Amino acid sequence: MAGEVDNPSFFLTTLQKGVNWTRTKSMWPATFGLACCAIEMMATGAAHNDMARFGMEVFRASPRQADLMIVAGRVSQKMAPVLRQVYDQMAEPKWVISMGACASTGGMFNNYALVQGVDQIVPVDVYVPGCPPGPQSLLHGILTLHQGIMSGEIQRSTGVV
Amino acid sequence: MSDNTRDSETEGLEGKQASEGRSHGAEERRRVHDLWVAGTEEPDWVATATDEGAQEMLPRELDPGLAAQRGVTVVDDYGEATGLRDDELQILNMGPQHPATHGVLRLQLELDGETILRSKPIIGYLHTGMEKTAETLSYMQGGTNVTRMDYLSPFHNELCFSLAVEQLLDVDIPPRAQAIRILMTELNRVASHLIWLATFGLDIGALSMMLYGWRERESVLDFFEKVTGLRMNHNYIRPGGVAADLPDGWETDVEGILDVVRTGLGDYEAMLNENPIFVDRTQGVGIITPAEAQAYGVTGVNARATGLDYDVRKAFPYSGIEQYEFDVPVGQHGDTFDRYLLRMEEIRQSLRIAEQVIETMPPGDYRATDRKVTPPPRQRIDESMEALIHHFKIFTSGFDVPAGEVYQAVESPRGELGMYLVSKGGPKPWRLHVRAPSFATVQALPVMMSGQLIADVIATLASVDPVLGDVDR
Repeated sequence: MAGEVDNPSFFLTTLQKGVNWTRTKSMWPATFGLACCAIEMMATGAAHNDMARFGMEVFRASPRQADLMIVAGRVSQKMAPVLRQVYDQMAEPKWVISMGACASTGGMFNNYALVQGVDQIVPVDVYVPGCPPGPQSLLHGILTLHQGIMSGEIQRSTGVV
Repeated sequence: MSDNTRDSETEGLEGKQASEGRSHGAEERRRVHDLWVAGTEEPDWVATATDEGAQEMLPRELDPGLAAQRGVTVVDDYGEATGLRDDELQILNMGPQHPATHGVLRLQLELDGETILRSKPIIGYLHTGMEKTAETLSYMQGGTNVTRMDYLSPFHNELCFSLAVEQLLDVDIPPRAQAIRILMTELNRVASHLIWLATFGLDIGALSMMLYGWRERESVLDFFEKVTGLRMNHNYIRPGGVAADLPDGWETDVEGILDVVRTGLGDYEAMLNENPIFVDRTQGVGIITPAEAQAYGVTGVNARATGLDYDVRKAFPYSGIEQYEFDVPVGQHGDTFDRYLLRMEEIRQSLRIAEQVIETMPPGDYRATDRKVTPPPRQRIDESMEALIHHFKIFTSGFDVPAGEVYQAVESPRGELGMYLVSKGGPKPWRLHVRAPSFATVQALPVMMSGQLIADVIATLASVDPVLGDVDR
C-alpha cells in the first residue's frame, strides 16, 4: 500500500487502490468450460493447484454472480451467441481470460466451424497460451490479471468491444 | 422466413435445375434448414419433415419414436400420449451453459410437474469440424487432430487413428511399441474413469469426490507428462509406433500409480458403496434395457451395465491386448449404480493390465523401422544421405498411403470408438469418419430419462459419461 508516514499508527492509501485490492482478492470465475481446456481449468480448481489460495475456488454457474469469464476451449460458431449472452449477463466490473490456443486464435482448427479467436466476440484481458495450458499456466494468467488490476493497467471493463 | 420468400427462392432454384428430380431434392434439403419460429403459423412442411427444427419440440403426435424411424422392435414409449393438455406441460431448457452438462450439451425437457415426459438432446455447440480438418492434414499430422476429439482419452483416439493408417499401410509394429500403446491406453482409461468419478460425485452432491478423483488423476498425468511431454493431447501414439521410448525408471512410476490409485479406490468405495444418499440417488435411476442399448448403438460401460457382454478388447483385440489377462465386468440392472460399479471395476482391470505390461515389456524398437513411414533416428541423419532424404520427405510432404478404406475400432473409456478411413492414395486421407461412443450414448438419453424426476436428469447424464468433444467433434 502507498505512503509511508512517520507515525506507524496511520495507514494511507488511495480509494482506488483499496478498491482494486478487493477486486483481486475474491474474483469469482463463471463456469464456462467448453473443451479440453475446461479439464485443465477444473484441475486448477482441484486439490493440487487449488485456486482457493487466491479466493477463486467458487466457480459460479450463474453469470450474475461471476466477475471473471475464463473461456476455456474452442468456441464454435453455434456457441458464440451463447458466450456473448453470458458475458452480457455478468455484472460490471468483469474480466475475460482467453484460455488456450483455440479460444485465443482458433488454434489448429482454421475451418468453417470455429470462431477464430474469442476476442471477436468479447473483449479479452489476458490470453493464456498452450494447448491446453497447464494449471500453472492458467494460474500465471490469473495472477497477471490480478497484477494488471492492482496497478491500474487493466481498467474497469466497459463491456464495449 | 415467410412461406412466400421460401417459395420464390425455391422457384428460382427450380428454374436453374434442368432435372425435375434434382430440384425436388434441393427443395427437401432447403426445408431441413428452415427455422420455424415458435408462435407463428406452422408451415406445412413440418408435418412431413424428419428434422425437428432447431428450437422446437415436435408436437407429440408427430414425434416419431425410434421404433417408427428404424423399424426395430424395442419399446420406446417416451413419445406416447399422456392425455395431458399442452398447457399442463412445461418445457424446460437446460444448457448449453450449465455446470452439470459435462461441457456444452443442451437438453430440452418436457415436464409434467417434476416428471420428465420427453427430452431432446441438442448438440453441436462444440462442433469443431475435425473430420474436415483431418482431410487437410497428412497422416503424420493427423494424430494432433484426432487426439483433441475425446479429450479425456487422447491416447485411444491416437491409437484408433494409428491402427487404421497402419492397416492401410500394412506395416508391422514391434512388440515393444504395442506394449507401450496398451500401457498408455489402459492408464488413460484409469485417468478418464477417475475424472468421471470426480464429476459424477460433484454432480450428485458428493463434493469431496471431486477433490479425491482429481488428486489421484494427477499421479497418472504426471507419468503422461514425463513420457510424452504433455498432460493432455499428447500426439504420442503415431502411425508406425510411438513418438519416443519410455523414460528410464518408468516401471517405478507405474508401480507408484498402481499403489496410489488402488488405495484411492478402496477409500472411494468405503465412502460411496454403503452411503444411503448415494445409493438412493443412483439405484434404479436412468435405466436402459439391453435391447434398447443395442438399438441405440450404446456401447462400453453403459451397454455392459445392462448385461450386454461386448468389449472391443475381447471381441476384436487390437495391439496385442489378447496376451494380457483381464476380465470384463458386466452388470445386470442397466442403472446408474451399475455403471458406477462397472467403472470402478474397470479401473482395477486396467491396473491389472498395466501390472502385466511391467512384467512382460519386451525389448526392442519403439517404432517400426520402415523408413517410408517413421523418421530415421537423429544420429543417422548426420551419417547417411538416404536417411536425410527420408527425414525431409516425411516432415515435408508426409508418407503416401495406398488407396483403400478401413474401419478400425478400439475400446475407449466411453465405448466403441471407431474410425472409418478412406484413402485415395497420397499423403492425406480422403475422408475420416469417427464413430463416437458418446454420440450414441447421448441419443439414448431420452430413453433413460423418460418417466424420471427432474433431479435424476443430473445423475443420469453424469453417469453415462458423455464427452461433448466426442459427440460434436
